[in-house]
Amino acid sequence: MAWFRKKKAGIAPVEQKQVQMPEGVWTKCKNCDEIIYAKEIERNLNVCPKCDYHFRISARERIALILDEGSFVEMDSGIQSIDFLDFKDSKKYKERIKATIKKTGMNDAVVCGEGTINELPVAVAVFDFSFMGGSMGSVVGEKITRAIEKGLEARAPVIVFSSSGGARMQESIMSLMQMAKTSAALAKLKKNGIPFISVLTDPTTGGVTASFAMLGDLNIAEPRALIGFAGPRVIEQTIRQKLPEGFQRSEYLLEHGMVDMIVRRQEMKERLSQVLRIFTKS
Amino acid sequence: MQFYLDFEKPIVELEQKIRELREFSTENVDFSSDIKKLEKKASKLRDDIFSNLNRWQRTQLARHMIRPYTLDYIQHIFTDWFEVHGDRNFRDDPALICGFARLDGDPCVVIGHQKGRDTKEKVYRNFGMPNPEGYRKALRVMQMAEQFGLPVFTFVDTPGAFPGIGAEERGQAEAIARNLREMAALSVPVIVTITGEGGSGGALAIAVGNKVQMMEYSVYSVISPEGCAAILWNDGTKGPVAAEALKLTASDINKLGNVIDNVIPEPTGGAHNNPAEAAALVKKALKAHLDELKQLSGEELVEQRYQKFRAMTQMTEAE
Repeated sequence: MAWFRKKKAGIAPVEQKQVQMPEGVWTKCKNCDEIIYAKEIERNLNVCPKCDYHFRISARERIALILDEGSFVEMDSGIQSIDFLDFKDSKKYKERIKATIKKTGMNDAVVCGEGTINELPVAVAVFDFSFMGGSMGSVVGEKITRAIEKGLEARAPVIVFSSSGGARMQESIMSLMQMAKTSAALAKLKKNGIPFISVLTDPTTGGVTASFAMLGDLNIAEPRALIGFAGPRVIEQTIRQKLPEGFQRSEYLLEHGMVDMIVRRQEMKERLSQVLRIFTKS
Repeated sequence: MQFYLDFEKPIVELEQKIRELREFSTENVDFSSDIKKLEKKASKLRDDIFSNLNRWQRTQLARHMIRPYTLDYIQHIFTDWFEVHGDRNFRDDPALICGFARLDGDPCVVIGHQKGRDTKEKVYRNFGMPNPEGYRKALRVMQMAEQFGLPVFTFVDTPGAFPGIGAEERGQAEAIARNLREMAALSVPVIVTITGEGGSGGALAIAVGNKVQMMEYSVYSVISPEGCAAILWNDGTKGPVAAEALKLTASDINKLGNVIDNVIPEPTGGAHNNPAEAAALVKKALKAHLDELKQLSGEELVEQRYQKFRAMTQMTEAE
């Protein structure tokens, strides 16, 4: 028997007592890392009050922000995608559609309709990034084309708010064709002298940028939005070098002449109203 | 350097044997019956292999190192060809060639992606991946076609538009988008032939046609199989799996009904096995399409093209 014995037990790890916070009370800004009271961000139209970072917002929130209260009438909300290629990655596309509809309460990645901005009638299409990354398949292409055709028919300006990773891979060639379809509809709009405003929000890349999103009579971007053709990862892999700071951000596109102006969320409605009144001589 | 694909190897080896036998034949030694037997065997082997190609193998054929490129088709199909250069803004893009020629005497515009054969030319042609100035040059020439009332023939064969810093800086997306819109409004016939790789927006930017046709072993897709695999499986080597999922072959796309008008059959063993015959088949199809489109007025051409793309959709509509 040892003459010396430890009398006390070793130091046991103290049970981690984490402060239980109600979900979503505080939000960490993705840009400045500041912890901010979520309600404060919400009150500020989902823009960080410290650094002016524009958080992604849903299509519904965007519509409430831009269109006059109660003026929005949705159209084509019942259209759904179908899995005509039997596409399967980690999940069948058919199941992915079903699950995403259930999760988001939307039928696809864009909400379209008519409404007014300071009493001026417009046709709008608004992307929702939460639905499969805002990707464009048949449904998105069809709904945007119909929104453009609505503008044509009503002789009302058309505005598209983009937020999309690009064409939807699960619909392969059919997604690609939506780029041609929507752009062809814009050719008709242009010929008829009706304004088309493209608002680019974070992120707008791939086939959406390479079709209607770059074809605005005015291209308007939200601050610091990622906008480009190829995604930054693809470019880095191709050229094997780090991309410069601020590459493919709104400010970079403004400098290179690809967008007409950068407009903060708080000022978007008034700016659109001002622009459209001049374009429509009203 | 190897000029055949792995699955072509047995055929190539057999052909080599036949060639050797021919060389050994003299007046005294007659191998003709053996040669005939082997030739029959080679032809059967080729039929067997080519009738059971999977989608990845077809993709490889579309990218075959000795597949005919746009300039090869031009040489076989057209006369009086002269190339024009530059977008009048930045520079000339050798990855996308534009020019004028005659199709059996009739003046026309020819536009197509151009890949390189050897390393030096591949680099010069940027592997057939255009920059914005390439698309802007194509648009300039298409609008000239409209000015002079000439039909436009485009040949599509690109892995995609080039993803680089300069391309983004100069507006790759804008250049493609503008082409889509302006091509839709052209008042002259536009006939598109996918000859090899139809790589996404970079292909579509010269492919908004009244008629769109694909070669038997060409592919057309929203993203390359490798790119698709990298995104969906985080593994760019799973291209063969992605090729199956994307259903990117000419026959797959033809089955969708309204994306392409027809598939041009290729000589046995693929276009590279007999470029002259392949070009003759393309020419025949081009002439048939042109004859049909000549009946339409400028306005009717725009409307026909619009309705063609307008109808492309796959969805269900609930009330």
